[in-house]
Amino acid sequence: MQQAAIHVFNLKKSFRKRSGFRKASRLWALDGVSFSVAKGETYGLLGPNGSGKSSLIRILSTLLIADGGEVSLLGHPLPEEQEQVRRIIGRVSVDAAFYKKLSARENLLYTALLYGQKPRDAEQRSMDILKQLGLENTKFSTPLEEMSRGMQQKISIARALVINPPLLLLDEPTTGLDPKSRRDVQTFLEDLRRRENTTILLTTHDMAEAERLCARIGFLARGKLVAEGTAQELMKEAATKTLDDAFIKLTGEELSDKDGDLLETVAAGG
Amino acid sequence: MRQTWAFLFRGYHLTRRYISWVIVFNFYALVTSATVALIGVAAQDFQLTLTLVVGALLWNFLSLLYNEIAMSIAYERWEGTLEYTFMAPVSRLIHLCGVSLFSLLNSIVTSIVVLLGLMLFTNLDLHGANLPGVLIVMAVSTVAFVGLGLMAAVLPVMSAERGAEATHIFQGSLLLVSGVYYPIEVLPKWMQPFSLISPATYTLSACRKLVGVGNIASTPGHLVGASLSAVSRELLILTLMGAVLMPLGLWVFGRIEAWAKRAGKLKRTG
Repeated sequence: MQQAAIHVFNLKKSFRKRSGFRKASRLWALDGVSFSVAKGETYGLLGPNGSGKSSLIRILSTLLIADGGEVSLLGHPLPEEQEQVRRIIGRVSVDAAFYKKLSARENLLYTALLYGQKPRDAEQRSMDILKQLGLENTKFSTPLEEMSRGMQQKISIARALVINPPLLLLDEPTTGLDPKSRRDVQTFLEDLRRRENTTILLTTHDMAEAERLCARIGFLARGKLVAEGTAQELMKEAATKTLDDAFIKLTGEELSDKDGDLLETVAAGG
Repeated sequence: MRQTWAFLFRGYHLTRRYISWVIVFNFYALVTSATVALIGVAAQDFQLTLTLVVGALLWNFLSLLYNEIAMSIAYERWEGTLEYTFMAPVSRLIHLCGVSLFSLLNSIVTSIVVLLGLMLFTNLDLHGANLPGVLIVMAVSTVAFVGLGLMAAVLPVMSAERGAEATHIFQGSLLLVSGVYYPIEVLPKWMQPFSLISPATYTLSACRKLVGVGNIASTPGHLVGASLSAVSRELLILTLMGAVLMPLGLWVFGRIEAWAKRAGKLKRTG
């Protein structure tokens, strides 16, 4: 059997939250999540805000250490082999976090240097990616603060890809983009997967995007993976005509902005 | 090597983009130092002027070095780039060395600006001062201050809101107890022992001797600086402090980073 690119088994993560002087609450972001993604597959994770999507991406990005369970990326277990994992992942988060005063070129070269790449090669690759994403060359030297949100997000995608990672973690990459920019990004991701066989884990609120890009989709609600399959399988399981309806039926939640975290009050210090 | 260069590359371009602020900070450093030194000129006391000049100059250098390192994490939080730096395949040693190296270069430039300004304001003539000795003492104390900076840099990791403020409290405490502008003996008795654990105390003491402060043979036209062997005690203590504080700073940083990854404190808002 082919080794999974992403293997997650019984993953648990909680956060301690003070509520008063002596009491503390435990907020379960992930509560026994299991799934795996094959090499070259695009897997979508759908869930409302607070369902645990970003915590999961942060664990896979080595930025968060899980409380329990197993995680491995291309055979490298976390957190034990985080150095190796960092070399094989690229991440795009919902907020395009950059040095806003620096230009796209300077931000991308900084990333390339951080990953030990030759600046000239990285610059050429960045230009190619930005061109494919529909960004003009003239924008390359413009400070990020002067760019639109859509442009910044395209630079963010270029930053994740400038290191040519076999694994791409995309945390709501098209949220807040205009329809044209969203389509550019989606087309680019389709091409990337076809061309480079990149494994992509995508979290999104957009059902149409998930249907278009993802071979399989998992529904995440209150820190649990409540359903998984192709879009067709999920709709069949829920006996609905749309993925949106399937999500509501299978999770009991809307894909709106609400806090779906499960709070479990525990004793102080627990 | 490329990874260390990444931090210098970033620092250089940020300095270029924020050049007006850099000019303001240098101007402010010069003006505050000159204001202090002119107290000695007004008192027509050559030795007092020299004491204040050395204090102002060294405090500018050491505090800026400490501050730039200590605030490096806070700056990244404000920019929103902290997670991207922490998920890059860069060892924390290289990361912090890169940050420290840029801070050192920055501190040297500001110190040169302040020195030239002070020479203009006070008609200071440094002939006869043991300047190579001063540079050696500053180089040795740099290691200890980098260690202190690294320990303080964890504060913004622990608390996004309060961490940056706490680094300044720590910096202010060093200014208070290290005898920057006055003899330690004027501090309240209970506070004087704190001066023994500040590296700045020994840096200032050694540099004043090397410049010729307190030497009755020193005149405004010709200073009589001590030889390096006369400050061997201070050099030894600074070397020991550096040998302890630098690895301790890295160790503390590593421990807090691991804690932050468990507690989910690396996010922009912490």
